[in-house]
Amino acid sequence: MSRHDTSDLIFRRVLAVFPISVLILVAGIFFELVYSSLPSLQKFGIGFLYHSVWNPVVENFGALPFIYGTCVTSFVALLLAVPIGVGAAIYLAEYAPVKVAKMVSMLVDLLAAIPSVIYGLWGIFVLVPFMRTVIQPFLGKYLGFLPLFQGPNYGIGMLAASVMLAIIIVPFIISVAREVIMAVPFVYKESAYALGATRWEALSNIVLSYGKVGILGAVILALGRAIGEVMAVTMIIGNDPKIALSLFSPGYTLASVLANEFAEADFPMYLSALIEIALVLLLVSFIVNILARLLIWSVTKGQAAEGAK
Amino acid sequence: MDSTGRIEVKDLNFYYGTHQALKNISITVEPHQVVAMIGPSGCGKSTLIRIFNRMNDLIPFTRVEGKVLVDGSDIYDKNTDVVSLRRKVGMVFQKSTPFPKSIYDNIAYGLRILGIKDRRILNETVEKCLKRAALWEEVKDSLGKSALSLSGGQQQRLCIARAIAIDPEIILMDEPCSALDPIATSRIEELIADLKDEYTIVIVTHNMQQAARVSERTAFLMHGQLIEYNKTTDFFTKPSNKITEDYITGRFG
Repeated sequence: MSRHDTSDLIFRRVLAVFPISVLILVAGIFFELVYSSLPSLQKFGIGFLYHSVWNPVVENFGALPFIYGTCVTSFVALLLAVPIGVGAAIYLAEYAPVKVAKMVSMLVDLLAAIPSVIYGLWGIFVLVPFMRTVIQPFLGKYLGFLPLFQGPNYGIGMLAASVMLAIIIVPFIISVAREVIMAVPFVYKESAYALGATRWEALSNIVLSYGKVGILGAVILALGRAIGEVMAVTMIIGNDPKIALSLFSPGYTLASVLANEFAEADFPMYLSALIEIALVLLLVSFIVNILARLLIWSVTKGQAAEGAK
Repeated sequence: MDSTGRIEVKDLNFYYGTHQALKNISITVEPHQVVAMIGPSGCGKSTLIRIFNRMNDLIPFTRVEGKVLVDGSDIYDKNTDVVSLRRKVGMVFQKSTPFPKSIYDNIAYGLRILGIKDRRILNETVEKCLKRAALWEEVKDSLGKSALSLSGGQQQRLCIARAIAIDPEIILMDEPCSALDPIATSRIEELIADLKDEYTIVIVTHNMQQAARVSERTAFLMHGQLIEYNKTTDFFTKPSNKITEDYITGRFG
């Protein structure tokens, strides 16, 4: 074996340590969460996932209100953020004058870097009063026949949290979707124009069909962020572990309960239940990611593979 | 005389910002002819054919002076509808550009954006155009497959089929064979010979043999100027200009 082969081998082995260490880390976190939540796992079993009572005083723990809160707020946030984010990205990539696009993109990236506790403060002082005095009365008046928009209007609650999450994830969607749209080779747009397509036609059926996978990726990234967001949500969702159909009512999320109650978990079962919450959060994130990958795979099936030929 | 598919350029100047890419070009392309544009890289030959369907409009800071008439009407007139101009003047690009859709949907694309939804018309057009582009036999059983699964030469023929699906009068081809192997190239050349009784074809090529094989007239551009424009046979056998002679005998370029 020559000297070159030896050094190459060493280099390869050393490099291999890094990805393996990531795997070990993930496995370690998972193992630790399972291990520490064993008492709770043993006591409540699978019922932990569907019991809707969370009462530490009587050692009764069910995670459903948090799962519900996380899913509802993330979903509503996506519903609000995707059209705005993708629309803004299309405008910035295709229509806006170069100078405007550059400046807005810079500001958008800046938005993505704001610590979420600042969003939370803004939420308490601006968003929540606005929800209470303008948005929710409006929704209650015109859409109040839907159970989603009924009940007392506190301002704080799941709708405010959803709006807050939407505001937090919009910059991610804009930023990634814009990159994706701009990465579509210009000659494909030209081909569409050469067939007599208008700008909108070239954009909607050529550019977006090239970019849909990437845009989907952006949305999933945003969803991951929404599921895991702690601070801003905790500050305005109301932190009430109950399941209410109305978006006006307070709720709780997996991430917020962890942040809020860890310090006061003063007996082992409470702590164990909270750690199981963390385990659920981790699993929810995993599942979302896997679903997302399946979705992307089914969209690209036959394209990516054959395109590579 | 059949006047459809005639291009007439008078005193054309074209600028990218302050750089003048085309200088005082005057040239006429008669209907149902194949005209080849040759010249060294950067001579303006691609820029010139992209004038004919106003593709250069998409590039910021460009400016056109002079007159460009397609079938007698000034395409740079402010009343010109660019979308209908482009339906009349089709284009095939250097890189094949199949859309990430099925073979069928690629051909039908131009018709669908015209609002044609009738399945029967679409089916007929798809079949007719694929046959016209000599691709039908190879793909007739896999029209639903992604166009990206075709080989490079097939993709380029697909793009030609897609261009003729909207029934243009003129087809512009910007180095359509530069990324293809000799066999695929000769198939495209046969196709060009076959299409010229229906369409006017303007082809940019860096390959002089190709120009000699496919065209009836050849234009030679250099540094943004039209050096010579002549019958292809005369152009290559008895060039009237010294620079042309030097170029075709390989003394530069």
